[in-house]
Amino acid sequence: MYKLKITDHLILLTGVFFMVAPVVLTFMTSTHDAIAIYKGGVQFLPGDKFLENYETVLFQAGGFTQEVNGFVMLKNSMILGFGFAIGKIVISMLAAYAIVYFRFPFASVCFWIIFATLLLPLEVRILPSYEIVQSLGMVNTYSGLIVPLIASATGTFFFRQFFMSVPDELLEAARIDGAGPWKFFKDILVPLSKTMIAAIFIIMFVFGWNQYLWPTLITTDESLFTLVRGIKQILQVWVGAQIPAFNEAMALAILAMLPPVLIVVIFQSWFVKGLVESDK
Amino acid sequence: MVPYMLLLPQLAIVTIFFLWPAAEAIQSSFYLEDPFGFGSTFVGLDNFTDMLTSTDYGRVARFTAVFTFFVTFLSLGFALLLAVKADKVLRGASTYKTLLMWVYAVAPPVAGLIGVLLFDQHVGPMVDLFAMFGWKMQIGVNYFDTSFAMIVTAVWKQIPVNFIFFLSGLQGISKSVQEAASIDCRSGFRRFWTVTFPLLAPTGFFLLIINITYAFFDTFGIVDVIVKNEPGNNPVTLVYKVYLDGFRGNDLGGSSAQSVILMALVFILTIIQFRLIERRVHYT
Repeated sequence: MYKLKITDHLILLTGVFFMVAPVVLTFMTSTHDAIAIYKGGVQFLPGDKFLENYETVLFQAGGFTQEVNGFVMLKNSMILGFGFAIGKIVISMLAAYAIVYFRFPFASVCFWIIFATLLLPLEVRILPSYEIVQSLGMVNTYSGLIVPLIASATGTFFFRQFFMSVPDELLEAARIDGAGPWKFFKDILVPLSKTMIAAIFIIMFVFGWNQYLWPTLITTDESLFTLVRGIKQILQVWVGAQIPAFNEAMALAILAMLPPVLIVVIFQSWFVKGLVESDK
Repeated sequence: MVPYMLLLPQLAIVTIFFLWPAAEAIQSSFYLEDPFGFGSTFVGLDNFTDMLTSTDYGRVARFTAVFTFFVTFLSLGFALLLAVKADKVLRGASTYKTLLMWVYAVAPPVAGLIGVLLFDQHVGPMVDLFAMFGWKMQIGVNYFDTSFAMIVTAVWKQIPVNFIFFLSGLQGISKSVQEAASIDCRSGFRRFWTVTFPLLAPTGFFLLIINITYAFFDTFGIVDVIVKNEPGNNPVTLVYKVYLDGFRGNDLGGSSAQSVILMALVFILTIIQFRLIERRVHYT
């Protein structure tokens, strides 16, 4: 059999170093004051301004934005992440249930309409999408932020694959016992899909949380900014700043990545399962 | 009635926020819109010919091709190397796995911001590092240096996804095949290229499409942050240009024509992807 060599560990450790080091440096830099960073460059060791910087970013308005603080942005990111993930799961489960378990006229038309969305990312049709959302008066609303993102059928496709793998005998047994379509869905299909729901939830939460282009366009009102959207604000302040506030910018970056990273690390096995199976 | 009720929410959202905008994009790609919104004139294929013949578009398209090539192959290459090694180690395997994949959760613009910090003219350690080799990096000023920083950042962000898929592909190769191969062939290197690599090929093809899509669309945040909102003469991707011409330049027709070309491109990629999925199913 294969003998493990020291070079294997060296390669892996080098890989780990390159994946982890940038974020460690970002964190270290976020614990110093701006002048020290400007003079001494990116910091490799922790500084004494951790509480001060994070307190400023979380609770004080101003700086990068005029009205909102990091805490409000954190809340908005949560709303976007949860709203998107839950909305997508509910809508796509219902649609997938209809597609897999019902025979009805125009079924294949509905199927193709929905799956055509897999062809086009939002980025491609960004301008007309914006204009339509604007004409519906949904600019600067949570629904305008969340609902258009749900339009892609990735979730539906995923649940369709999963439902098709559920044995038909279950449906027959439920029928014989007199269960209607709603009861079968609620008492058999949903409990069976629990792991799948968890996996897709994690992927969708991270996807929603990390949205950048759409929130940038659709939220001009600062009270609706998400953390990732706030990154754009940093850049606008930096242009023309004497000493760029690297410390606070990096603190914001750390805050913006912390929740999705934690979720991916904690629920790693579900996440990997969902990712590998959903993209098949 | 039941199935229609179940489908209604999804169909409504798809129609309003997908079909309608897509149709609008196709339609306005044939029109020249007055910048003040007073009307539009039908111009046929003028938007397309204008765009395809403009030097600016050619430059952006070339950069996108180069960018996509490097991002795809570098991130696939590094991820494959790491996955092969991670598949072999026993001690610390799960720790390696976690540490190599968590970057998946970092948003592209956040990755871009980290890139901006590390490649910064004044404070960036990468700039200091390359200065030792006599390379004076000027991100945001020098076209080549900016491209380099973009590619490094985009590769860094994409390695985890490829790593996860390659690792799960490797773990799916049956132990009996590997044992049979190790009896027949002593060289681990040759065994990899003649047995493991062909068995991984379906995963690889699939990832190729995923990575091309990533380099085209998902890198928007990285590009936007690294050029710091000011594209100027900096390298940008085709999707970024759709955004620039549409929202900054107010060129609705031109932007839509670019959208339509990208749609066609994604369409082709998706067809290839579907065919590969079908073949993958037959393999297993």
